[in-house]
Amino acid sequence: MSRVEHATPSSRVGVALIAVAFVVLAVAPYWGDRQMLRLLAEIYAFVALASLWNLLAGYAGLVSVGQQAFVGLGGYVLFALAILLGVHPIAAILIAGPIGALIAIPVAALIFRLRGAYFAIGTWVVAEVFRLLASQVSVLGGGSGISLPAAVVVAMAPSRQIREFEIYWLALTLTVIVLGAIVILLRSRHGLALTAIRDNELAAQSNGIDVWRIKFVVYVLTAFGTAMIGALIFLQKLRISPDTAFSVNDWTAFVIFITVIGGIGRIEGPIFGTIVFFLLRQALADLGSLYLLMMGAVAIVVMLWAPKGLWGMIAERLGWQALPLQRHLMFEKEAEGKQ
Amino acid sequence: MQWFNIVLQGVLIGGLYAMFAAGLSLIFGVMRLVNIAHGDLIVLAAYVSLVVTQAMGVDPLTSLLLVVPVMAVIGYALQRGLLNRTLGDDLLPPLLVTFGLSIIIQNGLLELFTADSRRLQAGAIEVQAFELLQGVWIGVLPLLQFAIAVAVIAGLQILFYRTALGRAFRATSDDPSVAQLMGLDTRHVFAMAMAFSLAVIAIAGVFLAVRTNFDPAIGPARLIFGFEAVIIGGLGSMWGTLAGGIILGVSQAIGAQIGPGWQLLAGHIVFLAILAVRPQGFFPKVSG
Repeated sequence: MSRVEHATPSSRVGVALIAVAFVVLAVAPYWGDRQMLRLLAEIYAFVALASLWNLLAGYAGLVSVGQQAFVGLGGYVLFALAILLGVHPIAAILIAGPIGALIAIPVAALIFRLRGAYFAIGTWVVAEVFRLLASQVSVLGGGSGISLPAAVVVAMAPSRQIREFEIYWLALTLTVIVLGAIVILLRSRHGLALTAIRDNELAAQSNGIDVWRIKFVVYVLTAFGTAMIGALIFLQKLRISPDTAFSVNDWTAFVIFITVIGGIGRIEGPIFGTIVFFLLRQALADLGSLYLLMMGAVAIVVMLWAPKGLWGMIAERLGWQALPLQRHLMFEKEAEGKQ
Repeated sequence: MQWFNIVLQGVLIGGLYAMFAAGLSLIFGVMRLVNIAHGDLIVLAAYVSLVVTQAMGVDPLTSLLLVVPVMAVIGYALQRGLLNRTLGDDLLPPLLVTFGLSIIIQNGLLELFTADSRRLQAGAIEVQAFELLQGVWIGVLPLLQFAIAVAVIAGLQILFYRTALGRAFRATSDDPSVAQLMGLDTRHVFAMAMAFSLAVIAIAGVFLAVRTNFDPAIGPARLIFGFEAVIIGGLGSMWGTLAGGIILGVSQAIGAQIGPGWQLLAGHIVFLAILAVRPQGFFPKVSG
């Protein structure tokens, strides 16, 4: 008899460290000021967006440059539900997920006809269509956008401080759920199939994996998560417009940068990349467009000379994994010896 | 008669879209590369022309004599120095590197020329027009632009099927490793393809800049127009890009009549509809 073991010594340390970090971050309202909480919540949103994009591009091989379609869609669902139907914002965020998934189904059916790089541009066209449609909706401010009415905001919680704590914990919870869902997916049978597709699509197919179906499911699930995070982001911003909601720079360029720098096709990559991205941003934000220019250059250099990203380089040198995702086949004797 | 006029204007602008598409189609045909920075390179060409016209006091169409070779050299260098390294079985490197390039060009132009909107002044030719039929006027400039688009596509067609370089393009397209065994330097062949792609971009960029205002951020939308024209026309077909450009131009012209904001939307919707019913486009030559 044999069994599959996921954990390694480094992943045990990694999981312990992540648990400690989670506790420290969960009590951030007690040690951080307002600005710190806002920054952390923004970081969580990017960790979630980058992890979702990584699942899509790094594992399923679906390189999308149009995920802003679902970020913006989620934001607009939040505003529409809260303003037009009086739904509580937190409930609206939870509804944004299924709506994103529902809309992703026909979108996927259409753009899956395009392959590879043309698929990427196809996703961009879809995001453009969403942006142009959003600017036609005059009850939501049309092209110039709309703010979340004060009444909706006040109804969330009476004091501003409690409201900010609520949003902070919501951001942390949603991100942990997204990350947890991705880990569970990757550890499942489907995760093995996804990893196989990542490594060699043709070989995966010849081993009986229904590549089209699994890609379709991943695309729809990613849309679910991305729309929810999009709704969360615009609850923090309290204002939405077609150009900010469907911005290719904010929701795709940054997310790709984070994932490539951190390490694409590894779950730790986006988390590591987000930390690097925010450190760079805090240090270089004053440079404006020069900063973006440097970001593009760094992404090119990493892609060409360190295609596995910074985390990939560290992990490969030292054999680390922060989360128990690898599969080690343990034979009975070996397994007994370890007990 | 009004509708005839609208369709005619759409056809003429379709020529411009066909030029956006021809450059994309060329490099995709030869090396299966999709250049995300294509639109930003079009805008770069417009700025190069702006600098040339201002520095030398020539009109935009004359500036093409300089802008075309400059862009072709940039294309050759870009391919040899950077993009050749990204080619291979993996889809990610070329996509992400050209995406990074797009960000670099946009922000570099922003840094050099600010976000102000510019326009190239072509002088009297801009307003010249003649009456084709009673009540149907055609601008000389749009007509010239369409004629040049047709000439460019015919030229690429001849290049591909009548010259030694074209034979090298087709051989590398069919099988790069066998082409290399036959003594072709594929790195040079790819770089020549990119040089021609950017030469076409240069012409398209100058006509774009004479027609409308431009600023560093308008590149991605041009990439999307070119891409839509390629897919509508069918992958790998040069004359297909002309058909695709015209369909896109006419859809946008009709959309603009429905209401403001519908111009772009109508183009995208027609594209998605064609993708739904005829995903291989109208005149496909290579499979994706």
